Amino acid sequence: MKHIIKGKAFVLGDDIDTDQIIPAQHLVYNPAIPEERKMFGKYALSGVPAPQSGLPNGNVPFVKEGELKSEYSVIVAGKNFGCGSSREHAPLALQMAGVEAVVAEFYARIFFRNSINGGYLIPFESEERLCEEIRTGDEVEIYVKEGVLRNLTTGKTHKLKPLGDVLPILEAGDLFAYAKKTGMLSETAA
Amino acid sequence: MGMTITEKILARASGRSRVEPGENVWVNVDVLMTHDVCGPGTIGIFKQHFGPNARVWDPEKVVIIPDHYIFTADEHARRNIEILREFVREQGLKYYYDVGTPAYKGVCHVALPEEGHTRPGEVLLGTDSHTCTAGAFGEFATGIGNTEAGFVLGTGKLWLKVPPTMRFVFEGELPPYLMAKDLILAVIGDIGVDGATYRAMEFTGEAVQALNIEERMTLCNMAVEAGGKNGVIAADETTLEYVRARTNKPFEVVQSDQDAKWFAEYVYRVSDLPPMVAKPHSPDNKAAVTEVAGTPLDRAYIGSCTGGKITDFEAAAKILLGREVKIDTFAVPATTQVARELQTRHLFGKPIAKILTDAGVKLGPPSCAACLGGPIDTFGRLNRSEVCISTTNRNFPGRMGSKSAQVYLASPYTVAASAVKGCITDPREFLA
Repeated sequence: MKHIIKGKAFVLGDDIDTDQIIPAQHLVYNPAIPEERKMFGKYALSGVPAPQSGLPNGNVPFVKEGELKSEYSVIVAGKNFGCGSSREHAPLALQMAGVEAVVAEFYARIFFRNSINGGYLIPFESEERLCEEIRTGDEVEIYVKEGVLRNLTTGKTHKLKPLGDVLPILEAGDLFAYAKKTGMLSETAA
Repeated sequence: MGMTITEKILARASGRSRVEPGENVWVNVDVLMTHDVCGPGTIGIFKQHFGPNARVWDPEKVVIIPDHYIFTADEHARRNIEILREFVREQGLKYYYDVGTPAYKGVCHVALPEEGHTRPGEVLLGTDSHTCTAGAFGEFATGIGNTEAGFVLGTGKLWLKVPPTMRFVFEGELPPYLMAKDLILAVIGDIGVDGATYRAMEFTGEAVQALNIEERMTLCNMAVEAGGKNGVIAADETTLEYVRARTNKPFEVVQSDQDAKWFAEYVYRVSDLPPMVAKPHSPDNKAAVTEVAGTPLDRAYIGSCTGGKITDFEAAAKILLGREVKIDTFAVPATTQVARELQTRHLFGKPIAKILTDAGVKLGPPSCAACLGGPIDTFGRLNRSEVCISTTNRNFPGRMGSKSAQVYLASPYTVAASAVKGCITDPREFLA
């Protein structure tokens, strides 16, 4: 697990559901095949209606036309991020686009679990409503263990909630690594 | 201190005498379900971590039901079915409902109970958020991701956080113009799409006990639309009669204790409720049908795990009998069994399917179809900025296809009444 995550913020509102994160028509790609796995990055957040994409101004594409990766590596959002379907393609799409952390007020539980168990990104919960505080394009730094987000553009510092009982899984890397570490899974599993 | 159904099931599944909300426990899984959208990824993770020659933990506990992208020319979608087929052959899995064969079923959440895979007291995990539907059978059922499912395939176990339980009591007798969909839309509207996040939702009360099993499934199906981990209804005679007719496997019925601790309790007198809709673009954007009556529509849709069961079509047929729809209306039975019953079940001497088609409804083959948009050639998909009223469970932007489409969620009664008039219509106009 990284100590510091640094990058440009992409800001979204409340209830960003998994159909907005990765629209269902793209779920035909198989994440187990590397060539197809890349496609999820290309379409990440392509279901967000344009006026809500990249707040406060909106109309900012998360991934530029024809590219597989985004220039933004930290998502800042409001309440209930990742609600809707159980598709693990959602945190995968964000990871493939280059996202390392999401900072939301709180998450829908399946997205939260998928992010952690699959080791795709770190889902931080913020103390304040940062989606009205941080602007798309702001440079931010997250001190992972300390639970602090620093906005380098404005100079402001924001507190994040402790990662709590999922920290050991994040530290191990993913569900499989954690299960091996704790003896739930034999070390000889591939 | 007593325990709720959810706590009792998770205690048994983790080999403990009791569990407390907030605890993380490793549970033994009774049934793992996957489908064509998440199956290939799950199989990939299983092979990556357990090796190319690994065997699943129990070939009789894995159920694979292709249902999402079935009737499409999309070559990736067709290839995904082939991956499932190959895995089933290799692992010798007993329960696979293959496309293009008599075994094909359709929507997994309706197929699971039809085929006897839902049993009281058990833990059912599935790679689909609406796996919570099976809580209607008095079991713990929830949606998981591919990584988790890959882990379960190899070990039969998964860590779960014990959720606190919110209790929803529906008192009184359901008026003839209301359905379970109206009740759950009322609840989601009241508590919000995040109102039950990280929590269990238990439904109880006279009105719930009087619901048939399919209507109970509608209630539990949409627990996830309030953020709930699972929805659950205590098993009773209605449940047992249904389950025993479909499986010989033993199971243990559990009930919440009198002194169980509830995180919150909500009481509804069902006779006070009007027919409900969820307006675009969120299942909690609640309104009484009367508040939006007259809103012009382009399309109506009846289908999905929550709104494509025989009870749903029977309700729609009551209104469509002898009438014609004014707008494009699509009907997709959830499963092949529902499709067969549309032919064999009669209303006023006429098969339900005939009532629908005579009214001008387009009847499609069983699958998830346009509920979640899917490939561009999906039956009933919203490809432009249509306004649609639907018996499905989600109306987030782009859910049924185009981002610029608008979706209203409602009961089959309300959808049928609205299809006949071409605008949002209170079903009481037809059910008086």
